[in-house]
Amino acid sequence: MNSLITMNDLTNDDIHRILLDAEKLLPVAKGNFHLPLLEGKILGNLFFEPSTRTRMSFETAMKRLGGDVINLGAVASSSVVKGETLHDTIRMVDGYSDIIALRHPRQGAAQYASDCANVPIANAGDGAGHHPTQTMLDLFTIKQAHGKIENLNVVLVGDLRFGRTVHSLSYALVRFGCKLTLVSPESLKLPEEIVNELKNQGGELTITEDLIPQLKDADVVYMTRIQKERFPDEDEYVRVAGIYKLVANDLSSVKKDMIVMHPLPRVDEINPDVDSTRHAAYFEQAFNGVVTRMALLCNMLNVPIPEKIGGGH
Amino acid sequence: MTADEQAMRRVTAIRNGTVIDHIPGGMVLQALQIFNVDGRHSNPISLVMNVPSRKLGTKDILKIEDRELTQEELDRLALIAPMASVSIIRNYTVAEKLSIQLGDEMINVAHCVYSNCISNAEREPLPHRLKVLNTSPMTLQCHYCGRNQNLDRLVKNLL
Repeated sequence: MNSLITMNDLTNDDIHRILLDAEKLLPVAKGNFHLPLLEGKILGNLFFEPSTRTRMSFETAMKRLGGDVINLGAVASSSVVKGETLHDTIRMVDGYSDIIALRHPRQGAAQYASDCANVPIANAGDGAGHHPTQTMLDLFTIKQAHGKIENLNVVLVGDLRFGRTVHSLSYALVRFGCKLTLVSPESLKLPEEIVNELKNQGGELTITEDLIPQLKDADVVYMTRIQKERFPDEDEYVRVAGIYKLVANDLSSVKKDMIVMHPLPRVDEINPDVDSTRHAAYFEQAFNGVVTRMALLCNMLNVPIPEKIGGGH
Repeated sequence: MTADEQAMRRVTAIRNGTVIDHIPGGMVLQALQIFNVDGRHSNPISLVMNVPSRKLGTKDILKIEDRELTQEELDRLALIAPMASVSIIRNYTVAEKLSIQLGDEMINVAHCVYSNCISNAEREPLPHRLKVLNTSPMTLQCHYCGRNQNLDRLVKNLL
């Protein structure tokens, strides 16, 4: 495996294998076991858009495995403000690193970078396009909770139009036979092009604006933030902001093992009183970004992961 | 006389130039745009629009006098008329028949219709690449952002 641009770069077998690798790496991700598999390797972190979790978890993943990280830093203090093209930035960092994690506001940036670079590119989000490493950590979180990623009822809520996280995840879930319920206001519906593709791939979809009735049968409720920065018009944002707010009381009659996920940051979609319920999985999900990215970095750099890790086996 | 022959004779034969037949009905004005014909500074042009066609239902025909279109120009025509047949006319006779050669990808023919695609960023040097997913109906996808292209909008984005 080389670059990871979209989930189409991974077969279902690849996904299962990487999720197993991630599980094996849990003691390393938690700092309980030292395993410098990526010693001497350098990750180039190029984040042209703000990011906390993705950037930090890539960095943590690399460091937990003994590797090193170089950062673009703030775009405002880089050559980008002097008018450097993405092409030139990539060609430069290509020479400084063994693998590049790229987040960029423009769609297609990761594929473009992959065409410029010799080292593998991990797409860490390209505009409203794809975010496959987020999808992998989401699948890992689902698997940790349910023991499988197949044939589950997943409710996706909020900004389904601009949310690249949801786009990548919905393609992956359909591949594993999950039923999707898409909950959003009219103006933030999943783009028709994606709905059609999901249906063509055999996806079973329910589209609605009402959240609460969907909770009872759900195995996973995936909340998302309405992303102010993606709206061209503030009035349009104000009309839909805060439309879905999950509170602990809403969870009284849900399935026992249902999990609530969120790619974070949240604004007010999930009330803090949900945090202490058995259903809250979003902080664990954020941690899972580290272990999943560890597995992905090893796979992309063709570094095998030992069968047994830790415990002196 | 067949319907196709009748259609062809609606305008006079040309002495030298290019005749493009089997352009889908109503698309000939876009074809002119593809060949950068601006109306005021061009060679004599004859158009036939929306005549019956066995192959296409309705079709357009375009005759451009004293200009032999190149293979590269014709390949751009594939955007709107992948089935078009092209004859180069010299001294009232068909000197050459050309076909549109559409590969798996169109490179530097048009730029992606999504303004936020990286390929539309200023000064980025890599070529504009559109993958040909299907020819009937013509389905093109940007190599970079992966979005399917609206052909009416794409014709406005010709390079």
